[in-house]
Amino acid sequence: MAEEVRIVLRNYGKIDPLNIDDYINAGGYKGLEKARSMSQEAVIEEVRKSGLRGRGGAGFNAGTKWKFSYRAVADEKYVVCNADEGEPGTYKDRIIMENDPQSVLEGMAICGYAIGSRKGYIYCRGEYPYVVDILNQAIAQAKEKGILGDFDIEVRMGAGAYVCGEESALIESIEGHRGSPRFKPPYPPAEGLWQKPTIVNNVETFANIPIIMEKGSDWYAGIGAKSYPGTKIMTLTGDVVNRTFIEIPTDVTIRQVIYDFGGGIREGKKFKAVQIGGTSGGFIPESLLDTSIDFDSMGAIGATLGSGAVFVMDETRDLVDVTERISKFFEHESCGKCAPCREGTKRMHEMMTRLNAGQGKADDLEQIEQLGSVMSRACLCGLGQAAPSPVLTTLEHFRNEYMEKLG
Amino acid sequence: MSDYAKIISPYKDLPGGIIEAYHALQNKYNYIPEDAIAVAADMFDISLSQAYGVATFYSYFKIGPRGRYVIRICESAPCHVAGADDVIAALEKELGISMGETTEDGKFTLEFAECVGQCQGTPVITINSQPYVNVEPEKVGEILAACK
Ligand SMILES: Cc1cc2nc3c(=O)[nH]c(=O)nc-3n(C[C@H](O)[C@H](O)[C@H](O)COP(=O)(O)O)c2cc1C
Ligand code: FES
Repeated sequence: MAEEVRIVLRNYGKIDPLNIDDYINAGGYKGLEKARSMSQEAVIEEVRKSGLRGRGGAGFNAGTKWKFSYRAVADEKYVVCNADEGEPGTYKDRIIMENDPQSVLEGMAICGYAIGSRKGYIYCRGEYPYVVDILNQAIAQAKEKGILGDFDIEVRMGAGAYVCGEESALIESIEGHRGSPRFKPPYPPAEGLWQKPTIVNNVETFANIPIIMEKGSDWYAGIGAKSYPGTKIMTLTGDVVNRTFIEIPTDVTIRQVIYDFGGGIREGKKFKAVQIGGTSGGFIPESLLDTSIDFDSMGAIGATLGSGAVFVMDETRDLVDVTERISKFFEHESCGKCAPCREGTKRMHEMMTRLNAGQGKADDLEQIEQLGSVMSRACLCGLGQAAPSPVLTTLEHFRNEYMEKLG
Repeated sequence: MSDYAKIISPYKDLPGGIIEAYHALQNKYNYIPEDAIAVAADMFDISLSQAYGVATFYSYFKIGPRGRYVIRICESAPCHVAGADDVIAALEKELGISMGETTEDGKFTLEFAECVGQCQGTPVITINSQPYVNVEPEKVGEILAACK
């Protein structure tokens, strides 16, 4: 049976999150100290070699990203921690920030040192005012100790817009604007917040950094899947026995997640489907459960690891109904900047409503597939590009459910 | 200085501070008073339409009055399959209003929300941002009674 490996959550339940001395006594801020004794290039190289890839969904190598900002010449650079956590079914960043806020601050400070930035922002979703309080207390304690040196961190609050998790929309929001994504390039590492080089990383990504600095890249690269090493925090929801969070090496399979850690399906029912990575993730049938959860293996089956949300549905669930609900989410959250997403999410929701009400025609299925394929290519940002994925994957793996509902 | 200006002014020199100012307003009133938007536009030196544009973009902000207790019900997929609809029906029945409405005495407002990040205990509602997890329709009366 697979076992949890707690690297990011190494201090979970062991320290008082609101006492910086507890964190320091548990070995905290050794990573930052070590980083500061090295050259900036050496720090970046260590992070790059560890193989750590972004935990916010896009899976980009963290060290490689940092290098872009390090190389950029500018009078000011920024480090931004993405704590927007809007992907339904996800609460892992909250668990990290509530239980070990200093590990996130330390990761950000290491990044600041590496790229040459003195200012960090944590963009925390508006639904977490209690987390904002914790972060502010943690920052105050770190400042009082002078442990962050000349690196300053400020918390900014989001206000209930899913799209603001997208890094360029997030930057717009910190600047005090509507949270619409920018056209890219330029990418944030070259031109981000107030047009300055900006590193945006997820909470979980930053929380990995101190321990990588402390124990070294070789140690980290040896954990989990080769191409996406380390651990991943997963949050289990839906019809699993244990609705909980787990931290597991990235070579654990979906089946192990659901049965070993999740305890299987509730009330002795049978498994039907699992959606991984949040509401924008693909639906996965029984036949693909032996896939490892790492980024590339998930991509190979047309699914995503995404945020690590694991939404399990038993044999009694109506997938057309669930997918209709999801299509409403995307219509609501589309920012309206680009036409394929603004119009596409609306039409998709319309068609899903019709299909779910038993008034759909076979024609609708073809049209919805065509619309989905256009959106995944033509939309400006990841929101619109991923929005069709639940529809397309349920049509692929569970088409019979749609057929049974045709009018 | 007007009350609105007093609440907004600490954020005036914060780069991009208008969103923080709106949070402060909403903390105080539970919504953003319409007249406060003009004050914000003035203080941040942007047009009224830009100030409106920001306030209306974010679903956490509400312009104009709502109840002293804002109850938001998560209808994201995990809460949906866990029975959010039954919780909504119980709340509507108990309060005698529909989703999106405020009770006549100005005490309660019912709103839809997407995932609020407490998915270990679906279905979830929040009352003035405080989460309540594993909400059972039968318990709704009790929860409401605790709102004084
Ligand atoms: C619609 C949308 C929502 C996103 N939401 C989040 C989020 O809540 N948290 C997050 O870390 N990344 C989110 N991302 C990914 C970010 O754009 C970005 O890739 C990430 O913050 C980079 O950090 P990482 O490399 O550490 O993963 C989202 C992307 C899109 C397109
Ligand atoms: S899905 Fe309802 S709180 Fe996350």
